Amino acid sequence: MKFSEQWLREWVNPEISSQELMDQITMAGLEVDGFESVAGTFEGVVVGEVQSVEPHPNADKLRVCQVNDGSKSVQVVCGAPNVRPGLKVPFAVLGAVLPGDFKIRKAKLRGEPSEGMLCSESELGLSENHAGLMELPSDAPVGTALNDYLKLNDVAIDVDLTPNRSDCLSIKGIAREVGVLNSLVPECPRIDPVEAVHSEVPDIRVDAPKGCPRYLGRILRNVNLQVETPLWMREKLRRSGIRSIDAAVDVTNYVMLEQGQPLHAFDRDEIRGGIVVRMALPAEKLVLLDGQEVELTDETLVIADHEKPIAIAGIMGGEHSGVSAKTRDLILESAYFDPITLAGKARHYGLHTDASHRFERGVDYELAREAMERATSLLMDIAGGEPGEIVEVASKEHLPQERTVDLRSQRLADVLGLEIDRTKVEEILIRLGLSVGKLLKNGWRINVPSFRPDISIEEDLIEEVGRIYGYNNLPVTEPTGSLGLRMNEEATRPVSAIRDYFVSHGYQEAITYSFVDPKVQTQVDPEREGIALANPISADMSVMRTSLWSGLLKTVAHNQNRQQPRIRMFETGLRFLQDGQRIDQQPMLAGVVVGSQYPENWVNGRRTADFFDVKGELEGLFSLLGVEIGFVAGRHPALHPGQTAELLRDGERVGWLGTLHPQVQKNLELNGTILMFELSLNSVITGYVPNFKEISKFPEVRRDLAIIIGGKVAFADVERVARKHAGERLTALRAFDVYEGESLGEGNRSLALSLFWQHPERTLNEDEVHSLFNGVINALKEELGATLRS
Amino acid sequence: MENLEQLVQGGLDAVEKADSLQALDQIRVEYLGKKGIITQQAKTLGKLSAEERPAAGQKINEAKGQVEQAINARRNDLERIAIEQKLASESIDVSLPGRGQDLGGLHPVTRTLQRIEDFFSRAGYTVEQGPEIEDDYHNFEALNIPGHHPARAMHDTFYFNPGTLLRTHTSPVQIRTMEAGKPPFRMICPGRVYRCDSDVTHTPMFHQIEGLLVEKNVSFADLKSTVEEFLRVFFERDLQVRFRPSYFPFTEPSAEVDIEWGREADGSIKWLEIMGCGMVHPKVFGYCGIDAEEYRGFAFGMGVERLAMLRYGVNDLRMFFENDLRFLRQFR
Repeated sequence: MKFSEQWLREWVNPEISSQELMDQITMAGLEVDGFESVAGTFEGVVVGEVQSVEPHPNADKLRVCQVNDGSKSVQVVCGAPNVRPGLKVPFAVLGAVLPGDFKIRKAKLRGEPSEGMLCSESELGLSENHAGLMELPSDAPVGTALNDYLKLNDVAIDVDLTPNRSDCLSIKGIAREVGVLNSLVPECPRIDPVEAVHSEVPDIRVDAPKGCPRYLGRILRNVNLQVETPLWMREKLRRSGIRSIDAAVDVTNYVMLEQGQPLHAFDRDEIRGGIVVRMALPAEKLVLLDGQEVELTDETLVIADHEKPIAIAGIMGGEHSGVSAKTRDLILESAYFDPITLAGKARHYGLHTDASHRFERGVDYELAREAMERATSLLMDIAGGEPGEIVEVASKEHLPQERTVDLRSQRLADVLGLEIDRTKVEEILIRLGLSVGKLLKNGWRINVPSFRPDISIEEDLIEEVGRIYGYNNLPVTEPTGSLGLRMNEEATRPVSAIRDYFVSHGYQEAITYSFVDPKVQTQVDPEREGIALANPISADMSVMRTSLWSGLLKTVAHNQNRQQPRIRMFETGLRFLQDGQRIDQQPMLAGVVVGSQYPENWVNGRRTADFFDVKGELEGLFSLLGVEIGFVAGRHPALHPGQTAELLRDGERVGWLGTLHPQVQKNLELNGTILMFELSLNSVITGYVPNFKEISKFPEVRRDLAIIIGGKVAFADVERVARKHAGERLTALRAFDVYEGESLGEGNRSLALSLFWQHPERTLNEDEVHSLFNGVINALKEELGATLRS
Repeated sequence: MENLEQLVQGGLDAVEKADSLQALDQIRVEYLGKKGIITQQAKTLGKLSAEERPAAGQKINEAKGQVEQAINARRNDLERIAIEQKLASESIDVSLPGRGQDLGGLHPVTRTLQRIEDFFSRAGYTVEQGPEIEDDYHNFEALNIPGHHPARAMHDTFYFNPGTLLRTHTSPVQIRTMEAGKPPFRMICPGRVYRCDSDVTHTPMFHQIEGLLVEKNVSFADLKSTVEEFLRVFFERDLQVRFRPSYFPFTEPSAEVDIEWGREADGSIKWLEIMGCGMVHPKVFGYCGIDAEEYRGFAFGMGVERLAMLRYGVNDLRMFFENDLRFLRQFR
């Protein structure tokens, strides 16, 4: 809501500066979003009168004018098309300074001297209009400073109102607030009923009383819409951000700004039969005032005549039935439309109008008649005309009910944390127009006025008292009250521990969008379809991620394109899987590694990170979390078929580790060997609580062996077989060398292992260890075809 | 016994000349070993009378001691020199950089969230999580935002279908937590939220953190202290805070919180909107089965990126989600 400060001060005029006024209403909850001077900064501009206009001897488009500046007549060369003798215009005299620090000096234009400048609205910073000179009324006093004449020492204030405060979408409403804040009573213009001078009344039928509980119409005959709207009204409209159209439209807008009631004027000659307020028929069409044709839905409330819709109720009128300069008789409409019926309708048609903004939020349901009277009398003052009787069709059943809300003084004190003096509370409520109907033993019964649809429960009243009293005048106290201590599961590590682990291993945390490019996602997770947004912001953010890799690989591309060869990143967050009717939202942990394993240094800084670097880091993580995770060769469509491990916990897959498939890498235009992992956080976050075991006092025995195994035998197989035969006293098994070479035969590998045994209660004897060790060797030979290396 | 003195002198000279521990050891054997020159002198004692013997024996022992002492002293010297030589050969260029993994870093949003979580955890708040794909009921309805409510226009919502959407705020987590438990509550819910809006000052995904406290006896005054204290701790500064009446469907009374952020040209305080808060709306309690006559509550919420921008001086919101390493590395 944008309004002129001067206009507001006509209603209520506290002795505070503009800035103080704005601060005051901001702190009452009407946030001032901005303000601007209603005109550019200029000096030396007066009301001038054009006395004569002669052609310029050397230029077709210029005129030589004599202009009266109030004390003398001066010659001015002017090119404006509307310059004519007798015209009163803003006249910048010699020495004047116009907006933009433009100084007016003596000049010669094509040889003719010019002493001053006649101004357009845009040259004075009044509007964008530069089509011609600004025309002042014929009674404008010549020689008066324009600033004084137009009262330009004014500020247009823009208030960003919250949706509950529809009552402040008018000068009247804001004046009420300012009155409360300054203990002043606003002065309202007197509104008297206009007496009918003829008996012609509009035929009005309301078929949709739920959407339109009240509809008023009046016929105004023989108006003259050729007349110009008076400057004072045009200026108020302009300062409120509304363009002047014609007297009828200007008056309806003026009353809307002043009172808060949107009105509409129809050209009576264009109405067939009478007015019907009804729901639109499916696929009915209407050309709106802005020229666009819309196809209506049957959920849209319309104003129609007996043939067709003529307006979308409370949103915008139709082009055909609107008033024009030729209109002689008109039908004025003033109605109360139901906010719920209108909710979202304007948006549906891509519209947002001053009327829809107000009706959606709730207009004072008792205001229609008063506003109609106000508009009638203003319009008659300007354009003449003969008013008829007002016809009102109202459905009491559908109108909002008058209501009372009780406010308990104890509750007020409990919620605000302060006991406010009774008389202070009453003063606040009464000045807000919330009359105290009945004093209760423990509080007040408040009659809610029709202009406050937002007030329906006790909290609404508490908020009113609190905000007028001033939130910053309320005390500050520490919350008391105790809470039981919470369980803290020791075996479950916080996600922050995982993040810290990766950070200390050189990983940078990333946060990527949860919606991704389906083209990228198809590359990393071709077997699943991401859940698609109905209204994505763009195609490359249109499906929910099924893997965190989609976003991380995009991040790799971004950084590789910016000369970052070494990238180590991780992310935690949800992935989204469609599981039948259910949507599975799983917390995941994922990472990508590309480039050298260590930052480039003077020892071995260029070694490219490989599978086992990342695997080692994951193993470290699993130790930290206290979980046992197996790595088993697997197949994943996005990963290198020979460098992919499935991560298993208790036989269940919890994630993947591998090298990005070279084809996928090429498709995504990425460089280098890219290692990636992703695992389900919930599957790894809970480990165990340590359980002490006695430390053995007896020596540990170590035996090493080296075997040659075939290419298809995995270390995991060797470990499994060895452990099975090494007995319960085996404490550790490690691989300390892996070797592949031609001397071993095609595809064969040599593997060196060390095994450790220890008994908790005695020294193991040589024979025992020897027999276990031989058992292991024999099993490896028999079960895996291993041969002992000499 | 002149001979003995000469022998000792010879030993001392030899010790003096020894230039290695090995040579020194040979000298020790030569003079003090079982068959050593001085040791041999003891055999001459037998030729002496019983009266002469003790004095002569003492002299031999003294001679032995003299040589021994010299050997020990020389050994210490030689050992010291050896260590010095070894150390000299082992010296390194300590100015070369260390090797190993460098440090990664947390995303500035996470870093900011962790600071906020720390503050509230210490005050007894639990950290709660919830789904990001939400239903209309938890995101809007139960927060007193029915279908026709104008506040829905303030949320540009991403939909999957008419009843399923990406949460527009973390408030549904409050609803879910209240549904699942019994008051009192002290909780915060950090997380990703989504709005269908993208320009210089909006990203379609961002983070919020909201807090909720429900007790039998809590007031707007308690809310004020919680918010003020938090902001001062977060910015590590005794900044001015003001509460400005506002509107949220799920709280009443509601307030926007402004903090002091520099000065205007005329010296007055420049206020910056930083978060929203209010007392839990009785209808929200109603949806969660909590008796609004018995319990009251306050809630507050803020945008994490905005706090991070102010705290670290980041000037472009969009950088948070580009994940440019040159940006991210500045926060480790």
